[in-house]
Amino acid sequence: MNEHALAVDDLRIELVSGEPVVEDVSFRVGHGEVLGLVGESGSGKTTTALALLGYARPGVRIANGTIDVAGTRISGLSEAQVRRYRGRLISYVPQDPAAALNPSVRVGDQVGNMLERSSEKEAHVDDAFELVQLPTARDFRRRFPHQLSGGQQQRVAIAAALVCKPAVVLMDEPTTGLDVVTQANLLAQVRRLQRELGFAIVYVSHDLAVVASIADRIVVMYAGRVVEDGPAARVLSEPQHPYSLGLIASVPDPREPRVLRSIPGVAVGVGERPPGCPFAPRCPQRIAACEESDPRLERTGGDRLVRCLEWRRTPTLAPEWRAPSGALPSRPASLLAVEELRAEHRGRGDAVVACSGVSFAIAQGECVALVGESGSGKTTIARCVAGLHAPARGRVLLDGAALAPLAAGRTPDARRRIQIVFQNPYDSLNPRHRVAQSIARPAQALRGYSRKAAEHAVADLLERVRLPARLATRFPGELSGGERQRVAVARALAADPDLIVCDEITSALDVSVQAAVLELLADLRAELGLALLLITHDLGVVSSVADRVLVLDQGVVCEQGAVRSLLASPEHAYTQRLVAAAPTLSVR
Amino acid sequence: MTALAVRLRFARTGYGKVGLAGSLLLLALIAVGPLLAPYDPSAIAGLPLQHASRQFPLGTDGLGRDVLSRVLWGGRSIVGLSVLATSLAYAAGASIGLLAGYTKSILDPLLMRAMDVLLAVPPLLFLLVLATGAGRSIPVLVLGVATVHVPSIARIVRASTQEVATHGYVEAAVARGERLPALLGREILPNVLGTVLADAGIRLTASILILASVNFLGLGLQPPAADWALMISENRGGIALNSLAVAAPALLIAFLTISVNLVADAVARSLGTSTDRKRVAR
Amino acid sequence: MTATELEAPELVLVDVPSRRRRHPLVGFVLRRVAAGIATLFVVSILLFAGTNVLPGDVASAVLGRDSTPAGLAQIRKELDLNRPASERYWSWLSGFVQGDLGSSVASQAVSGEPTPISGLIGDRIRNTATLALCTVLLLVPLSIFFGVLSATRAGSPVDHAVTGISLGLISLPEFVTGTLLVLLLAQWLGLLPAVSLIAIGASVFTHPSILVLPVLTLLAASLAQTTRMVRAGMLEVLRSDYVEWARLSGHRERDVVFRYALRNALAPTVQVIALNVQWLVGGIVVTEYVFGYPGIGQALVQAVSARDVPYVLSVGMLIAIVYIALNVLADLLVVLLVPKLRTAQ
Repeated sequence: MNEHALAVDDLRIELVSGEPVVEDVSFRVGHGEVLGLVGESGSGKTTTALALLGYARPGVRIANGTIDVAGTRISGLSEAQVRRYRGRLISYVPQDPAAALNPSVRVGDQVGNMLERSSEKEAHVDDAFELVQLPTARDFRRRFPHQLSGGQQQRVAIAAALVCKPAVVLMDEPTTGLDVVTQANLLAQVRRLQRELGFAIVYVSHDLAVVASIADRIVVMYAGRVVEDGPAARVLSEPQHPYSLGLIASVPDPREPRVLRSIPGVAVGVGERPPGCPFAPRCPQRIAACEESDPRLERTGGDRLVRCLEWRRTPTLAPEWRAPSGALPSRPASLLAVEELRAEHRGRGDAVVACSGVSFAIAQGECVALVGESGSGKTTIARCVAGLHAPARGRVLLDGAALAPLAAGRTPDARRRIQIVFQNPYDSLNPRHRVAQSIARPAQALRGYSRKAAEHAVADLLERVRLPARLATRFPGELSGGERQRVAVARALAADPDLIVCDEITSALDVSVQAAVLELLADLRAELGLALLLITHDLGVVSSVADRVLVLDQGVVCEQGAVRSLLASPEHAYTQRLVAAAPTLSVR
Repeated sequence: MTALAVRLRFARTGYGKVGLAGSLLLLALIAVGPLLAPYDPSAIAGLPLQHASRQFPLGTDGLGRDVLSRVLWGGRSIVGLSVLATSLAYAAGASIGLLAGYTKSILDPLLMRAMDVLLAVPPLLFLLVLATGAGRSIPVLVLGVATVHVPSIARIVRASTQEVATHGYVEAAVARGERLPALLGREILPNVLGTVLADAGIRLTASILILASVNFLGLGLQPPAADWALMISENRGGIALNSLAVAAPALLIAFLTISVNLVADAVARSLGTSTDRKRVAR
Repeated sequence: MTATELEAPELVLVDVPSRRRRHPLVGFVLRRVAAGIATLFVVSILLFAGTNVLPGDVASAVLGRDSTPAGLAQIRKELDLNRPASERYWSWLSGFVQGDLGSSVASQAVSGEPTPISGLIGDRIRNTATLALCTVLLLVPLSIFFGVLSATRAGSPVDHAVTGISLGLISLPEFVTGTLLVLLLAQWLGLLPAVSLIAIGASVFTHPSILVLPVLTLLAASLAQTTRMVRAGMLEVLRSDYVEWARLSGHRERDVVFRYALRNALAPTVQVIALNVQWLVGGIVVTEYVFGYPGIGQALVQAVSARDVPYVLSVGMLIAIVYIALNVLADLLVVLLVPKLRTAQ
């Protein structure tokens, strides 16, 4: 038997135009080893993973390189030849099982179709379902994908990937879209199966914390190259590449409130890679030589590789614990109070209760987080506060005075004092308005600024959110996701608010960009004394920014308290499950 | 700058170029044609149903009118009335769609049910019924063709409005208390426009098609108007004697609809939508 | 909390309807058919209003310049124009539902006797049905063939040919296609009859050649349209995640296309074809007129020219019934073909 389950050498993948997407990628995966392939969007990790199956999406092609799976060379083969190895030698678990499972094929058949026709086919499918702990009843196998929950759909996909007993299983962000508890269950199960059956895994993810919980070895990719490769524990505790260091420092930790450090600059896209090291423009330790030649992947001892000329200068990882915010709980004057809030969604006919009996208060300058999984009602509460959703019962008070349920009924001053920033950076700005127009509008509408004065204020506001003034004349389409969210924050600041409601504002961003936005929020609180209502599903975000937290379970607050103590010793069973399931980089 | 680039991108595709060139050529013909016409299009210029000759390059029709002159005049009605009908349809359909999509009042289901009913009538049948009840006249024809389009435009604008209304920038505007005209005009309409315009070309093609068909059936424009569709209808009887009197207007209509449709298709593609799923109403 | 506790699988089963007394589809079918009938009812009001209430004295319009006061009075009496519109509507509708389509006024003006419409249209309906059936029988297999061929070979010369030709044909009005075909095949080449003249009461099958040009004309535009839609639907499926996953799972390309892709493309294809058959309605009216084909569409145009209100109303209603019935049928077929819709409550 061959030494490695998977060996990749000198892989190069290009756009049809010849522009490289992935270049000079080499790595090894041992038998029964779990490799975490980590990178942010645009790093080329999914392109690399698909290439391991001899597959390139339309518009790209595999230009060079060899791929050996358990001693069998599967690169350089025709589509018909490589097809025979897919699923049998190396199989694939897709990112979004809801889209990847065929909607008109019964789930049992989706697994069964992987096998050749044989009398034992049924039994094999049974075994595979049992492996992933799905019901083996015939009735269940005859269901269509839409009749399964998200977690079950992913288990079906895993069963299909395992049924032919391949040597390597590729998993492409298999837990995206699952809530944390389901994710933790699935990861534990994958790990158990891998130990029992001994296959190797290439686990592709943008989420370092998830990878930390499953991988033996980590490969970090940036701009289509491997920048660091080594044993997981070592890479996570002593990264040698400045990018890995930056990435790890920007991951929030749900257990230990930590100060986040973001990586300056923006990730380079395909076709805009500079000559020399592509990370050089963002690198704090670059030297002149970095901009001239692309460094090679260098062995640094201890089975580790790094692609950096100056890796010896990479500082050690020094997590900085966040100081517990001062005497916050004792502050008497509450800015905003929510009393016995109940909200409903009216569909056709009956109303669905989004939340009920929710009460909390936010003091001047305080940051309160609402945490819950999707469907917990947290966003509806945020919308009630902002006057976008009329509560069915209960009140929202600002400085002790009850507010009208909808924004249109509130005084301009009340509308000015509460601002909201939304989740999706791609629809939070009007694509037809320039950045300056978007930011200036609240100042005109809510503070009575003249057009001129409002436009004058734009430069200051952009600076506040750490954006260059030249962006003022751009359209949102020309900005990155992180830049858009900053502009959205600047727009909220333009109203000179007392409270900003942040509805999952970082959930669509890469982790290093998220760190930068969270950093910004923390700075703004310090500079302007802003209060924040933070809506999130991510306990890590809570621990790095919030003072107090409310945990929502199906529309009801099940536990609340100071962030530090609540995360350290959760009391309610639901909170305990949530905290236990949250992926973390810290050693358990 | 970028907006302009988007608008002109369609001309880069091969079909788009051909269509644009064809459309411009025809527009020029329609605009300048009447000036070049050797005869009055409704005057009897010679003997009926003559073959092509130096005097009458395309021959004469059944009444002895010069076919060339009638062809040179005959594009105005078809293009002018189609553009008019399509514009009217957009004005009405977009207003209805915006209001129905944004205001969650009783208006929405009411308007949409009415639109459902209109969609359940074949367009041509609708126009025939209209011609029966209201007679044959230009206003009836134009309003009828416009009405045929209104339901689908209203639906598209409504769906697009509903989608845009959930976007953060609209909600932010609601939260800062912007009034309805500002909301619709500043935040929603500019973002719905792209989707709406993507369809405009194919709707114009459809307008030309249906308007020409009604004229051909003799239920729209009335003689002695010079109109390509009407000419085909009038001269079919004399096809054996002067086939050019039928062939010339038929080829011109074919040229017109194909050119406009090529542009429509290219524009839609450049706006990121495809016309493949869309229907040319008949 | 320990890791082992986390390993418990989540056994939350989505609530799936088990065996029940009535199949969930029955309810859906009933609802959809009821909605169709309700729409028809509103359409009938619309048609009646369109032909009767709009300005212009129908009676004088029917008789045109030959109107005499006596004739006018006779027509008014025949049309019951002296009664209020709502009364006339109800009596027409109740008659229509019982199969009494009313009497043609135009024929009365000629023969002096009111002729029942139902007697006038029997042959015509049969002829039109023949024409439509021939077209549909060619349209369905050809459009699926060209659509799938072009989608599975996207970007190839075959695909370019199919999309290019269909893009041209799709925008041609039937009367132009028909006229050009007549010019080419009948007038210049002399291959086929230019018009469809047959004896009243004779079957079109006695002269099958008269069907060729009308069917070709109808096919030109509808085939182009349907092919493009089938192609678009198939392409969408071929670009889906589940087709990519099927490829990544090592299934044979043949299986990917036929077992995985086509099954999902079937529903949109059926819907598209049903819609296009529905849209043939307008085309048939024009085509019959172009070729003088003795069908219901040609009769409708003549009736409109003569402003024969009862005739237009009843024939229009029949056309609307076919149109809406096809619409309902398309919806039902799609629900049957898509598991997600079929199993929904």
